[in-house]
Amino acid sequence: MRLPIIAAGILCATTAVAETPVLTVYTYDSFVSDWGPGPKIEAAFEAVCGCDLRLVAAGDGAALLARLRLEGARTEADVVLGLDTNLTAAAAETGLFAPHGIEPPALDLPVAWDDTTFLPYDWGHFAFVYDKTRLPEPPDSFEALIAAEGLKIVIQDPRSSTPGLGLLMWVKAAHGDRAPEIWAGLAPRILTVTKGWSEAYGMFLQGEADMVLSYTTSPAYHLIAEGDDSKAAAGFAEGHYLQVEVAGRVASSDQPELAQDFLRFMLSDAFQSVIPTTNWMYPAVTPEAGLPEGFQTLFRPETSLLLPADRAAAVRDAALAEWRDALSR
Amino acid sequence: MLGLSLGTLAAVAWRAEGASTLGPADWAAVRFTLTQALLSAALSVTLAVPVARALARRRFPGRGLLITLLGAPFLLPVIVAVLGLLAVFGRSGLISQALAPLGLGPIDIYGLRGVVLAHVFFNLPLATRLILQGWLAIPAERFRLAASLGFTAHDVARRLEWPMLRSVLPGAFLVIFLICMTSFAVALTLGGGPRATTVELAIYQAFRFEFDLGRAALLALIQFALCAGAAALAFAVAVPGGFGAGLDRPLARWDAGGVWLRVLDGMWIALAALFLLVPLAMIVARGLAGVTDLPPSVWQAAGRSLAVALGSAALTLALALPIALAAVRLGGPRGAALQAAGLMAIAASPLVMGTGLFILLFPLADPVALALPLTALVNAAMSLPFALRALTPAMAEAEAGFGRLADSLGLRGAVRLRLVLLPRLRRPIGFTLGLSAALSMGDLGVIALFADPGQATLPLQLYRLMAAYRMEAAAGAALLLLALSLGLFWIFDRGGRVNAQA
Repeated sequence: MRLPIIAAGILCATTAVAETPVLTVYTYDSFVSDWGPGPKIEAAFEAVCGCDLRLVAAGDGAALLARLRLEGARTEADVVLGLDTNLTAAAAETGLFAPHGIEPPALDLPVAWDDTTFLPYDWGHFAFVYDKTRLPEPPDSFEALIAAEGLKIVIQDPRSSTPGLGLLMWVKAAHGDRAPEIWAGLAPRILTVTKGWSEAYGMFLQGEADMVLSYTTSPAYHLIAEGDDSKAAAGFAEGHYLQVEVAGRVASSDQPELAQDFLRFMLSDAFQSVIPTTNWMYPAVTPEAGLPEGFQTLFRPETSLLLPADRAAAVRDAALAEWRDALSR
Repeated sequence: MLGLSLGTLAAVAWRAEGASTLGPADWAAVRFTLTQALLSAALSVTLAVPVARALARRRFPGRGLLITLLGAPFLLPVIVAVLGLLAVFGRSGLISQALAPLGLGPIDIYGLRGVVLAHVFFNLPLATRLILQGWLAIPAERFRLAASLGFTAHDVARRLEWPMLRSVLPGAFLVIFLICMTSFAVALTLGGGPRATTVELAIYQAFRFEFDLGRAALLALIQFALCAGAAALAFAVAVPGGFGAGLDRPLARWDAGGVWLRVLDGMWIALAALFLLVPLAMIVARGLAGVTDLPPSVWQAAGRSLAVALGSAALTLALALPIALAAVRLGGPRGAALQAAGLMAIAASPLVMGTGLFILLFPLADPVALALPLTALVNAAMSLPFALRALTPAMAEAEAGFGRLADSLGLRGAVRLRLVLLPRLRRPIGFTLGLSAALSMGDLGVIALFADPGQATLPLQLYRLMAAYRMEAAAGAALLLLALSLGLFWIFDRGGRVNAQA
């Protein structure tokens, strides 16, 4: 009597496995790490979607886009999550993305959002982070930073790092044609340029530099995870450049509806509430319970700077040449 | 092996749309790359000669341990070694702190000097090891003869050591030159900014900033051509030592007994140990706090890394032995060409190799599923040049000394390998296995290009910890990595030296 029941059970199980759709999401490496949002988000989405969510990591945002371009329309990716506004123009140009086709909920972004291809999931402002005990009076603008003799900062290379490129855009958006002059003035303040964020931040924590290019949300990690309130972000009078991280669905996907479900889920509480203390960014839609304790103490810039995606793509190469010339002297 | 280095390059060029040209910035990168690589290699090798000589003619307790420890900087992930180096030579490092009360400092190492300092830190141990192998390969009988002829230390240097150096130095110089050619993160961080742009960084920019595969391939080709030129030059300069065979008697040195020479050797050993071990001690000190409560995923990653390292070591030996054998058998220019081909994997840009592999594999299989075997394969390719440097000279010596005897006894194939060659290759084989396992352990490699969340190796996990602000845990993971790499190296290297007084 028991054999047929077991057999039936196995049969059911196998058909269930066969029917479970797989949604493949390409994202950057720190998203999928054990300390990033990945594991919690995978569990939360799989609990509601009846599917298998497969997160695949590829370096950072720029590496992610390069990977997608290499794979072209044959890619297995259904959704790409982790591009930012410096990359969306190039990403849209590949023709690999489909319009999201979703009516998003009210977004808590510092800027209006009307992109029909990409939807934001979190955002943050670039800022120079310093240690209050070592630097009681931080500079309050690029001009003041240039004038601060003896002060040393570490930045990242725009060619290999997302924040590095963000700073390039920040100077361009804030000072326009004066950007070469600003870079020339900053050159003596720049201790060195690193490949990625981790090297620079590690050097800063080791006391090698007075300030490091990071995010206004970085002090939240030290405050919430380590109970250390000595780190702060310096407010700059010009305003701060905004990074908006986005996701989009891939046109060649064999799971278009599931991909849309994921994008809707991305803007729901279950996803958004995970972001602040795993990705250490502001969620695109503030969760019902509000931001975690500690985020209220963070510096909030009054002015957000952001070049539109097409303009960011247009000025990028010239801005890089200005940067390189000024710092190579 | 050529397929892995040139084939992947060809795959990237093939995927490129249209040809590209190089701008002035690219040529500036080529110039800087050559300058820093020449300086770094020259300085590493020059400093390594007295250190290796001191280690070759002195015996003291802890000598073996010291030689193993000296190899550590070379085995560490770049990010860890750089932070360790800065803890000593940086603006807030030990030296700057010591100078502060005197009203001096902080010292500023950023610039070409920083790049060279870091490259010497990484490569001095390797140069020392390669040159030391040369010293140990001089048969003990030659030193006996020298002693009976009343040779002074000066005579020994002229008659024995200089011919040995002529055969060993070009190869050591070349290997280090090639390593420095593809340096990127170190050169940028310690070079102080875009002045220190190397060809590898230009490849990076072409690939991910501009997605110009044509330019990336062109730059990689230039990197190859420069390395091939350097290899041709080095092999032209090298002259075989021709010491003949010995009976593997314990080595005794009668020529270096003077007090002055003892002091000199002691000074060189102490200086090298200080330069290499203090930054290492800083890494250990930082890591102690974090190593006790590492998350389980870090331990799992360590297990995965161990498997990759062992696979890579076995693969390296399986590739290196036949190549070394063929190079020795062929001899002359053809043998040298074969050796040079084996060295080329070092000159390959890791980014181009990874991308090329991806392009080649993507239509056939899922590269992500093959991430770990691919990492082991690429690691083996990267270790091959060191393996060949260690194996080929020893194999050549063994063939020169015992080849004719073996021929007359009709020893061939596997029997010849087992009875004649392998016993004489024990030491280089142990070194090869140890080095390739340890190198693979510490290499981030291609896994960073296509990993899924469950496949992280220890270096990747370390980077992930850092990217998640967990610098203390990352320091703990670095300590674990250091211990495992050194442990692997020590076990294999030791195994190769059983019954040998060295």
